[in-house]
Amino acid sequence: MAVTNSKVKMMKKISTLLGIGALGMLAAPAFAALNIFATVPEWGALAKEIGGEQVTVYTATTAFQDPHRIEAKPSLLAQARRAQLVVAAGADLEIGWLPLVVRDSGNSAIQTGRPGYFEATAYVNRLEVPTVLDRAHGDVHAAGNPHIHLDPRNALKVGAALAARMAELDAPNAASYQTGYKTFAGKWQVAMVRWEKEAAPLRGVQVLVHHSSFVYLSHWLGMKETGSLEPKPGIEPTSGHLTELLSKQQTTPAKMVLRAAYNPEGPSQWISEKSGIPAIMLPYTVGGTAEAKDLFGLFDDTVQRLLKGLR
Amino acid sequence: MLHKPFALAALLAASCGAQAAADADLAAIRSQINEMKQSYEQRIAALEQKLVQAESTASRAETMATQAEVTASQASQRVAQPQSSASAFNPEMSLILSGNYTNLTKNPTERRLQGFVPSNGELMPETRSFNLGESELMIAANVDTLFRGTLRLAIAPDNTLGVEEASIQTLGLGNGFNLKAGRFLSGVGYQNERHPHEWDFSNAPLPYQAFFGNALGMDGIQARWLAPTPVFLEFGAETARAMSFPSTDESKTKNGLMSAAAFVHIGGDLGVSNSWRGGVSYFASQPKEREYEDTLNGLNNSFTGSSRTWIADMLWKWAPNGNASRTNLKLQGEYFRRTESGDLVYDTATTAQQGGFRNAQSGYYAQAVYQFMPNWRVGYRYDRLSSGSANIELVDNGTLSAADFPLLANYSPRRNTVMVDWSPSEFSRVRLQLAQDKTRPEATDNQIWLQYVMSLGAHGGHKF
Repeated sequence: MAVTNSKVKMMKKISTLLGIGALGMLAAPAFAALNIFATVPEWGALAKEIGGEQVTVYTATTAFQDPHRIEAKPSLLAQARRAQLVVAAGADLEIGWLPLVVRDSGNSAIQTGRPGYFEATAYVNRLEVPTVLDRAHGDVHAAGNPHIHLDPRNALKVGAALAARMAELDAPNAASYQTGYKTFAGKWQVAMVRWEKEAAPLRGVQVLVHHSSFVYLSHWLGMKETGSLEPKPGIEPTSGHLTELLSKQQTTPAKMVLRAAYNPEGPSQWISEKSGIPAIMLPYTVGGTAEAKDLFGLFDDTVQRLLKGLR
Repeated sequence: MLHKPFALAALLAASCGAQAAADADLAAIRSQINEMKQSYEQRIAALEQKLVQAESTASRAETMATQAEVTASQASQRVAQPQSSASAFNPEMSLILSGNYTNLTKNPTERRLQGFVPSNGELMPETRSFNLGESELMIAANVDTLFRGTLRLAIAPDNTLGVEEASIQTLGLGNGFNLKAGRFLSGVGYQNERHPHEWDFSNAPLPYQAFFGNALGMDGIQARWLAPTPVFLEFGAETARAMSFPSTDESKTKNGLMSAAAFVHIGGDLGVSNSWRGGVSYFASQPKEREYEDTLNGLNNSFTGSSRTWIADMLWKWAPNGNASRTNLKLQGEYFRRTESGDLVYDTATTAQQGGFRNAQSGYYAQAVYQFMPNWRVGYRYDRLSSGSANIELVDNGTLSAADFPLLANYSPRRNTVMVDWSPSEFSRVRLQLAQDKTRPEATDNQIWLQYVMSLGAHGGHKF
C-alpha cells in the first residue's frame, strides 16, 4: 500500500510538473507579442532596440558568416515557420537562401508582399546600382549594394519604417514600438554627432577594401575607396589582382586596408606586409568584435578602429 | 653714535624712495602688459571668430556637396529603375550546361549492377571520350499570390527533350503546409530531390542507380507539413501514378493511387558550427508486368506484385563559425532496403512460365566532401549494394534452375570514388573524378571523369 501511495504521489507530482511545463510552454509566446526572424545581426539589433521586451528576435546569421553564402538550413526553416515578421536586408543579399526558407516554411504571414515580410534596403537610397547586369562583373546585385547599415543615417530611415511595420502587425503594442523608435532615434542622433566629430580626420582618406561591403561607411565618412581585394564582387582575391593593387599604391596610396570580421585575413595581411599600410578588421555588424555588442557599440568600435588605422 | 641711526634712517628713506620709484615703473609696465594682453586677446578672439565662420562656411559647402551627391545618386537611381512593361514580368530563368570527358578501362555497354533488375536509369558513365552532358533549362515564377510554377527541361545530348520537372506549389498555405502537384522529384531520402548539377559527384550513388534509376520521379501530388517546433521536424506524403522504376504502368489505363511515399525529416544545429538533418522514408508501389531484359541470356522476364522501399538518410555539415565560404565539411549517407513480392513470368516472349517471387535487397553509400580552401573541394564516396538471393518458385520447384536467371545471381556490387573540384564562383564548377567500379564479378572498371557544370541566369537557391 505504502509503495502504491508513494507511486500515486509521484505520479501526481510528475503530472503537476508536466502541467506546469505545458502551461509554461503555452505561456512563453504570450510574454513576447511579436516573433521576429532577422536575417542579419544589424537588423535583429534594430528590431530589439525598437521592440524591447515586446519582441523575441531570432537572428539567422552571425557577424562571422558571409551573408551571401548561407544555406537554407533546417534550423532556419523551423524558426521561419514560427515567425510573424521576417526582417531582411533585401537587395538580393539573401537571394541564395531566404526565398527558399520563406517558401518552404509554409508560413503564410511572412511571404513576400505580406506585411510580415520587411526589406530594409527598400527604405533607403542604394549606392552602386549597376547599369549593366552581367555576371562577368562578379556577383552583382541588381538592386544596388545591399550593405546599407554602415551609414548610420540609414538606421533612422529603416527604423522608422520598421517601427511602423511592427505597430501594424502588433496593434495593441503600437504605441510602445513608436516610443521605442523615438527613444532610439534620439540617442542615435546624439551618437551620430559624436561619431562624425570623432571621425572628422577620416574625411578624404583613401582606403582599400576586401569586399565592397563598406561603400555606405565610406560615403558617410567621406573616405575614398581606391580598390577592392576581390577582383570582382564575390570572387576570391587572386595573387595577380593583389599585385596589381600593390603597384597602384605608388600612384594612389591608400592609408589602410579594411575587411569585415567574416572576411579571411590573408589577403589584407599580405597587402599590409608588402605596402606597410595597416590592415584593419572592422566588426562590420553587431557581434563582429567584443566591443560591437549593439548598434551603438558597432559604430563606436568602427570609428575607433579606423582612427587607430590613421595613426 | 647719534649719526649712525640718522644715517641709517636717511639710507632707509633713500632706499624707500628708490623703491617707490621702481614700484611706479613696475605698475606702468604692468598696465602696458595688461593693455597688450587685452588687445592680443581681442585680436585672438576676433581671429577665432573668423576661423569659426570660415569653418562653418566650409562645412556648409561640404554638406551642400554631400547633398548634391545624394541628389545625384538618387537621380541616377531613378534612371536605373526598371521600366514598367510586359517584359518586366518575365519569369526567373536559368540554364545548366555540362559536359565531360571519360576514360574507362572497360566497355561501358557491358556495365551492369549484378544481382539487380535494370532500373532503366542511366548507369553513368554511358560512353567514353568526349560527351555532352544534359543541358537543363529552368523557368520559374510566382503565378499569383497563391501559386508558384516551375519547369525544368532536360535536353539530352542525343537531341531529345525531357520534362524533368513541371510542377506547381502553393505559396504560404499557412500553418506549415505546402502542396505540390505535377511532375516533381520525390522528397524521399536526401539526394533524391537534388538535380544532377547539384550532386557532389559526377554520377548518382549506387543505391539510387539500383533502386530508383538515379532518382524517384513522381507524376502526382505532394503534401508537406512543417511542425511549429524549435527543432526542424517535417512530415511529407506523396501519391502518384506509376511513372518510373520501380513502378511501371505502361498502359496507363488504371484509376486510383498507384504509388505512395511518406517521409519524415528532422534536423537542427549543434552550436554555431554544426548543422544536421536526418530522415526516414518509405515508398510503396504495385508494379504490373514490369519487364526487364536479362542481359546475360537475352531473355525477357516480367514481375507483377508489390514493391516497398525504406530509406534512412543522414546529413552532417560543419563549417568553422558557420562560415562555409572558407572551409567546410559535408558528411552524407543513406541506407536503402527494398522488398518485392509477387509473381515472376519467365521468358515472356516464348514459354511465359509463371511462379511466385520474393526478394529483399539493400544498399548504402557514405560520402565526405571537404572544402580545404576557398573554391577547392575534395571528396570520397563508398557505395555498396547487397542483391540478396531471390526466392523464385520456378527454381524452388525444379521447373527451372538458378542458372536461368543469371542477372539475379547473388552479388554485392561496390565502388570507390574520389573527386576534386574547383568552383571559381558559385555558378561554375570543374571536377575531376576517379572511380574503381566493381559492380559485376568478372571485371573491375577504372574510370576517369573530367566534367564541367555551369549555371547561368537566375541565382539558384542554396539548398541544405
